[in-house]
Amino acid sequence: MTDFSALVVGDELPVVEKFFTRAQLIAYAQASGDMNPIHQDEVVAKSVGLPDIIAHGMLTMGAAIQVVTDWVKDPTAVIDYSVRMTRPVVVPNTAEGVLVTFGAKVAAINDDGTVRIDLSAVFAEQTVLGQARATVRLPQ
Amino acid sequence: MNHDMIAHAYPASQPYLVTPENIAAFADAIGDSNPIYRDSEYALSLGHDSVCAPPTFPIVATMAAMEKSFHDPALNMDYSRIVHSDQRFEYVRPIKVGDKLVVTTVIEEIKALGNNDIAVFRTEVTSNGEPVVTGWSKLVVRGEES
Repeated sequence: MTDFSALVVGDELPVVEKFFTRAQLIAYAQASGDMNPIHQDEVVAKSVGLPDIIAHGMLTMGAAIQVVTDWVKDPTAVIDYSVRMTRPVVVPNTAEGVLVTFGAKVAAINDDGTVRIDLSAVFAEQTVLGQARATVRLPQ
Repeated sequence: MNHDMIAHAYPASQPYLVTPENIAAFADAIGDSNPIYRDSEYALSLGHDSVCAPPTFPIVATMAAMEKSFHDPALNMDYSRIVHSDQRFEYVRPIKVGDKLVVTTVIEEIKALGNNDIAVFRTEVTSNGEPVVTGWSKLVVRGEES
């Protein structure tokens, strides 16, 4: 169990690594209703100037918060979550897909029992989310 | 885009019924194996009424509602040139099984930036009239020259 009373600003949360595959993009399209073909059709993606099929930005946002929800255990402790989608995650047609590494650290400890967590998402050695932050109500 | 549409509110969406299957499929799709999204006994042990939805699950309802407004001729928004640049959710309470999510979409901001238009859509999500979560989606509509 994490000892939340001992938190200090700068503490890092355990990293989460995920592989994004084409099959997962199809699953995300179906689960979310976002059927934009740039996430499924190589020809369409390239026709609009992308290097290949890209992941949904909202998939990256949804995957990133697992760093926080695994740490705090109850995902409903997240009371505010925001990101800027700065770069696409390009997903080639391979079985293993591409690695995206998610991290987070404690950015502020507030007087009201909440903390602000700043998140990061890295693909091919570049960040793909900016200004990614969550406000979390700590377990009592 | 038609900048006179700032502060315009669209009619409430049709209710989106939250089911265990929809929550589990969404959790599978984001690659998150947390049992709170699938195992109701586990969710109950954490004090919830049912399995809970992942934090970004509300996008299922809010994006569908926003897409209707994207096609509003009065808004004059080129759907093929939209890039979703920012997203925020402010949660009032967890989304649970049986919720009927109704979304009211409000155009909070439209401004020009170079050749682009930047629009912020606020999506107020309720279930049975009670607030559940508010979303903000910032969209960039790329101009013809960019």
